[in-house]
Amino acid sequence: MDILGLQIPLYSWETVLGSAISGVFLGSIYALVALGLTLIYGVLHIINFAHGALLMLAMYAVFFVWHFWGIDPYAAMLIVVPGAFAFGYALQRYVIGKTSHGRDEIILLVTLGIAIVIENAALFFFSADERSVQVPYDLDGIDLGVTFAVYPELFALGGSLAVTLGLWLFMTRTDTGRAIRGVAKERQGARLVGINVDHVFAITFGLGTALVAVAASLLAPTYTVHPQTGYLFVLIAFTVVVLGGMGSFVGALAGGFIIGITEQLGRLYLGESLGLITISAIFIMILLFRPTGLFGHKT
Amino acid sequence: MILEVRSMSKTFGGLKAVSRASLSVGEGEIVSLIGPNGAGKTTLFAMISGFLKADEGSVAFAGVNVTGWRPHKVCRLGLVRTFQVVQPFPNLSVAQNIAVGAHTRLRSRAGALEKAGEVAHAVGMGDRLDMPAGSLTVAGRKRLELARALATEPRLLLLDEVMAGLNATEIDEIIGVIRDIRQSGVTILLIEHVMRAVMNLSDRTYVINNGVMIAEGTPNEVTQKPEVIEAYLGHGASERLEAMGAGGGHA
Amino acid sequence: MNGFAKSHLGWLLLAAALLAVPVFVKSGRWIEFIELTLFVAVLGQGWNILGGYGGQYSFGHALFFGTGAYIQALLQFKYGVSPWIAMWFAVSGGVLVGLFVGYLSFRYGLRGSYFALITLAFAEAFHVVARSFISITEGGRGVQLALNRDPDQAIALFQFTFADPFLKSYGYYYVILALLMIAYGATWWMERSRFGAQLVALRENEDAAEALGINTFRTKMAAICMSAAITSSSGIYYVQKFLFVDPAIAYGPTKSVEALFAPIIGGLGTVLGPLVGSVFIHGLSEVTREAIDAVWGARPGVDLILFGIILVLVLGFAPKGLVGLAEAAWRRVARGGKAQR
Repeated sequence: MDILGLQIPLYSWETVLGSAISGVFLGSIYALVALGLTLIYGVLHIINFAHGALLMLAMYAVFFVWHFWGIDPYAAMLIVVPGAFAFGYALQRYVIGKTSHGRDEIILLVTLGIAIVIENAALFFFSADERSVQVPYDLDGIDLGVTFAVYPELFALGGSLAVTLGLWLFMTRTDTGRAIRGVAKERQGARLVGINVDHVFAITFGLGTALVAVAASLLAPTYTVHPQTGYLFVLIAFTVVVLGGMGSFVGALAGGFIIGITEQLGRLYLGESLGLITISAIFIMILLFRPTGLFGHKT
Repeated sequence: MILEVRSMSKTFGGLKAVSRASLSVGEGEIVSLIGPNGAGKTTLFAMISGFLKADEGSVAFAGVNVTGWRPHKVCRLGLVRTFQVVQPFPNLSVAQNIAVGAHTRLRSRAGALEKAGEVAHAVGMGDRLDMPAGSLTVAGRKRLELARALATEPRLLLLDEVMAGLNATEIDEIIGVIRDIRQSGVTILLIEHVMRAVMNLSDRTYVINNGVMIAEGTPNEVTQKPEVIEAYLGHGASERLEAMGAGGGHA
Repeated sequence: MNGFAKSHLGWLLLAAALLAVPVFVKSGRWIEFIELTLFVAVLGQGWNILGGYGGQYSFGHALFFGTGAYIQALLQFKYGVSPWIAMWFAVSGGVLVGLFVGYLSFRYGLRGSYFALITLAFAEAFHVVARSFISITEGGRGVQLALNRDPDQAIALFQFTFADPFLKSYGYYYVILALLMIAYGATWWMERSRFGAQLVALRENEDAAEALGINTFRTKMAAICMSAAITSSSGIYYVQKFLFVDPAIAYGPTKSVEALFAPIIGGLGTVLGPLVGSVFIHGLSEVTREAIDAVWGARPGVDLILFGIILVLVLGFAPKGLVGLAEAAWRRVARGGKAQR
């Protein structure tokens, strides 16, 4: 086929299915990254532009833990996740909360400023070199017939499902989760009944950042990290979150899969470069025509 | 009739906020719209001024069918509203705030600022022209809201609770200002909870409850209708009102 | 002298000082530095019209810079169009992109962060398109314009590298200065016009503005067009000066971020804000680079770390930027002076 001078190839169903399945694995990574973003949005109504930069930072942390101590990236979670929580907590409590005056476009600019600081600090201290974690099992996996899935991809898929379920259980079954949801619904009311709203906000931001660290560990075996890694993910993560509905966990999971599959099919049919336009196109369409997303409800 | 509202309805998520409400205002009148909280007064205002799309019904203003018009167009035709929760431009001075309204008729910046000065004097804010609107008191903001609307040179002014939150002296002052506005030839439709103002100012009053118009007449007539007293002031209110003497006290 | 005449005198003095810069500054390195500062000041003024005055914060202003730059470059490269003609198409193209993005965003009522996100997404989409449609845009390797070595053609080809000594040293400076004066003059006019008053009003409160007779949609459209025109004009300078543009330069995040740094740090919604901000950040970056080079040797990133920190601090504690701080300080001095008398 030939559309506007672009050669649109015709593929066998095996190729298309293989591509779609690798899209599912890619989508699980996107979902993992987006879960933290949607948690932060759902409660704080913060569109956290620093989310990608935090992911990049966590990936560096996983890399260095592996590099210096030889700790497997999955085990590194035990160190990196609590660290990320503390970092996120402090960031919200002492930087974002103090400077944004609660206005959403200011918050966006403040988090942009934070992203720039983190990215360039990484550039300054770690240089622009690409780093990657080597694991012995990164080429082993399962043959799915139409495609081959390596273990890190399978772990990421399992991880995204587990994290979504865990997050849902946490938000509905624990006191902290309920407090967070209470604050999300009624900020003023929560303040009146004596909930320390600033603390809950910071905890939520910390949790969102901790989720980013989980994502970082799960994608460390398959992705390289450099100071710009975060920016590559940030637009995708926003697309996933907006598509799934801001604040919806299931939406983030479903949105991740949709974006992952779309991207892979886009690459297959439109080529490596133009294929990426599918993401911006989906993002623009959703913002214009259905800003509440697929699973979000009207605010 | 300068304003003719016919059978307007609006539903929010299954809840009928306004249901087939009609009202009309004659040139030069002061008409008030009263009713308990949540009766649908502000929703009706929002539909008349173009902020909300009505599910059904029509608005005719000065003989023109303005149903579904955007607010700025309605304003240019001469119908302007104020907001119950005042909406100043906080970082602009009082004069600049009012000049925004004046620009609707005047292109020149100097002309608009001059007009702003005149209007400010007319509503008693002449001494606060350079103050940032964000630093005004509640009473000041209410006046500013009124001044900005006046500066657009309206034929009909929709006032949404301009007296809420004011003390007795401030209310008396605003009543005077509204009388002056009417004197200058502007027709007024107002939503008000302050009964003293309603009784003092209105030529006619409409009563709305649960989105339905339940009465219309002079203020004295409607406040004596038992269904109004029950609906508007609650059970047993009719006796209380009598004890107080009609025309006095807050609702 | 009354206050009005005084403020005009200030503007005239500033313009005269900028025009006379070549009289005082002889070092090529410094001229280059000043040029770059003015370039960001123009880029930032474009952002300031829409963001500072109109309250619509764009995260994708590279859209307009990049479109201006690409049209300027491609018309010359592909069709041999004179750069003096291409520049009008460059600005018109930027405005068209502004109309397109503005129409969609404002028609569908995107505000605040949603507007920021959609401009970012559009910039990214243009980035992908510029990289992918190689037959039109030359793709990722970019557009390289031929360097003119004929001094007689310098003006006709809008290239001053091999021109006579004065043009060679100061030609590009006057190009960016002319663009700056047009942009700042237009902003100055806007601030004193009905359009400006209505734009600021809708920034402050959109509902109230609409209620008072302002067609907020049309006002925002006018603002994004003016903003796009100014920002895309900076692309003309860029292409004529560097004779090169590629998708990352044109539509990457760097220009979008540069465009918002200067006005926010300098002072949102003020005529001079973007210039003050640009002078500040370039001055600071020069000083820190020297210092860092001395201590650690050349390493990238330090200036941006500082800008990021300053951005956050300004947003948090000086929402009116350096211009606002200066005004507050001036008022304090003036009051102090009066009190003593």
